[in-house]
Amino acid sequence: MSDEGGVGGRVGKGLQSLSTFGSGTTRLEIAAIIATAVIVIGGLEAALRWFEVPHYILPPPSAIAVALVGDFPLILPHLGHTLVVLLSGFAIGAGIGIFLAAIITQFPFAEKIIAPYILILVTTPMLALVPLLILRFGFGYEPRIIAVALASGPMVMINSATGFRRVDANKIALARSYGASVLQIFWKIRAPMALPMILVGLMIGAIFGLLTAVGAEMVGGGFGLGNRLTTYSSMIQMPQFFGVVLILSFLGILIYVIFFLIGKKWASWET
Amino acid sequence: MATNTSGQAKLAIRNAGKRYGAVVALEGCALEVEANTIVSIVGPSGCGKTTLLWSMSGLHALSEGEILLDGTPIVKPRPEIGLVFQEANLLPWRNLLGNILFPFEVKGQKPDRAWIDHLLERVNLKGFEKAFPNELSGGMQQRASIVRALSLRPSVLLMDEPFGALDAFTREEMNQLVEEIWLETQTTIVFITHSIEEALFLSDKVVVLTPRPGRVLNVYDVPFARPRTMEVMAGKDAFDLHHRIKADIYGQQRSGGGAAAEASGAAAAE
Ligand SMILES: Nc1ncnc2c1ncn2[C@@H]1O[C@H](COP(=O)(O)OP(=O)(O)OP(=O)(O)O)[C@@H](O)[C@H]1O
Ligand SMILES: [Mg+2]
Repeated sequence: MSDEGGVGGRVGKGLQSLSTFGSGTTRLEIAAIIATAVIVIGGLEAALRWFEVPHYILPPPSAIAVALVGDFPLILPHLGHTLVVLLSGFAIGAGIGIFLAAIITQFPFAEKIIAPYILILVTTPMLALVPLLILRFGFGYEPRIIAVALASGPMVMINSATGFRRVDANKIALARSYGASVLQIFWKIRAPMALPMILVGLMIGAIFGLLTAVGAEMVGGGFGLGNRLTTYSSMIQMPQFFGVVLILSFLGILIYVIFFLIGKKWASWET
Repeated sequence: MATNTSGQAKLAIRNAGKRYGAVVALEGCALEVEANTIVSIVGPSGCGKTTLLWSMSGLHALSEGEILLDGTPIVKPRPEIGLVFQEANLLPWRNLLGNILFPFEVKGQKPDRAWIDHLLERVNLKGFEKAFPNELSGGMQQRASIVRALSLRPSVLLMDEPFGALDAFTREEMNQLVEEIWLETQTTIVFITHSIEEALFLSDKVVVLTPRPGRVLNVYDVPFARPRTMEVMAGKDAFDLHHRIKADIYGQQRSGGGAAAEASGAAAAE
């Protein structure tokens, strides 16, 4: 249990190492990445046409592109709904997560006692609660937002706590030697020192939030990208279905890129 | 400004004791530091040097005894006391200037930019204000931390093995820098080191501490005129002094507490 940061921390380190992918990519490597994409997509298109694979099994990339562009006006409002659920749930979960992490790490004894419960919150798929939440809150935004907050909050909290736990006695002594107050020590030493791990937590939390938002939309209610997935697949509109899948992977990548850039700007001193 | 009335030491350590639970880090420690002198403290690892320095800086309280600055007890950090840590202890998320302005930010005080610029010039760091600590060499980082400590114009500068992590050449440069700064600012410097050469080059007095419990074994006067040349430092007097201090330190390590206590009795006679 004394393991630094537990599961979330470990995932965080994994994602951190993944970030080497984004740094120092040369022009040649970018060209190679694009060339690979062209070959894979083109090859897929050719193979699906050559073997005459029916669209309901796997539509060719061109059909997906056509469906995505043609039906985009119909999909757009659902994207909006998903974003509302994701952003508000994530904001609530992340806010509470960071706040609790900052408080709880000040009390090592209390932290030890609640650590197992946080671990349970981190490892339980909050999607499992959605049917119950729908029973209680209906088919609107509320159950989804709650599920997203429950999924992202603990992830943010466990990683932020790892960050806040990194106390450096010398840096705190430095601040104290200039007469810094407890609050100043928090904002000028502890918080900046924790920031890299908080960012990792936010990134993982946001991705967990996206998964949970889409999952919750698939369970019930007539709107959202998750709902589109179930609708399109039940109507065997596979090009549209894969179009929505593409939007979702784009959202995931966007989350990654946003936090990667924030980390590069504000936490690059770490490496 | 508290003036230093004649006969009163700048810093007076009286019967200082400090325990960490069962560990007695300091006991019956007494020492006086005259104004505008450099005093070095040497002693084996774990003998309580850092503990003593942190008590002098007001960062932690003594278990017994007291430490006076200009006659008043030090009970919490005071702006007249500047502290330089082992390892530069810069904040890695701030650039060099941000690190130097940190004390002013904490105090809500307007920085004295002319003085800071002068100090930066003095330690050859002009033009590096925007650089982050991980872009600076160890020597540059330590010079920045010295500027930070001097930025508030302290009358006492406490330095805890400031150059322990540096290579021998950088270390000699830094020693000269400390001497120059001391000549210019006329601060009182307490300097902890593991290097007897460093202590002899810099100090007016060298204090040898004994371990467990930490107390003062011997205080040596270093009479050489300044600035101290290589010839003087390589001469017979310096060699003899070096040898005596070394014997003090190694003697303690081989024979342990009993002999150290005897030696401490002998030292009192000096
Ligand atoms: N916070 C603490 N809690 C418990 N024991 C401590 C603490 N700080 C120091 N000690 C103990 O007090 C003694 C003196 O420690 P101190 O750090 O002052 O030694 P030092 O002379 O500075 O050593 P070094 O040369 O290695 O820096 C040591 O035995 C150390 O283990
Ligand atoms: Mg020490």
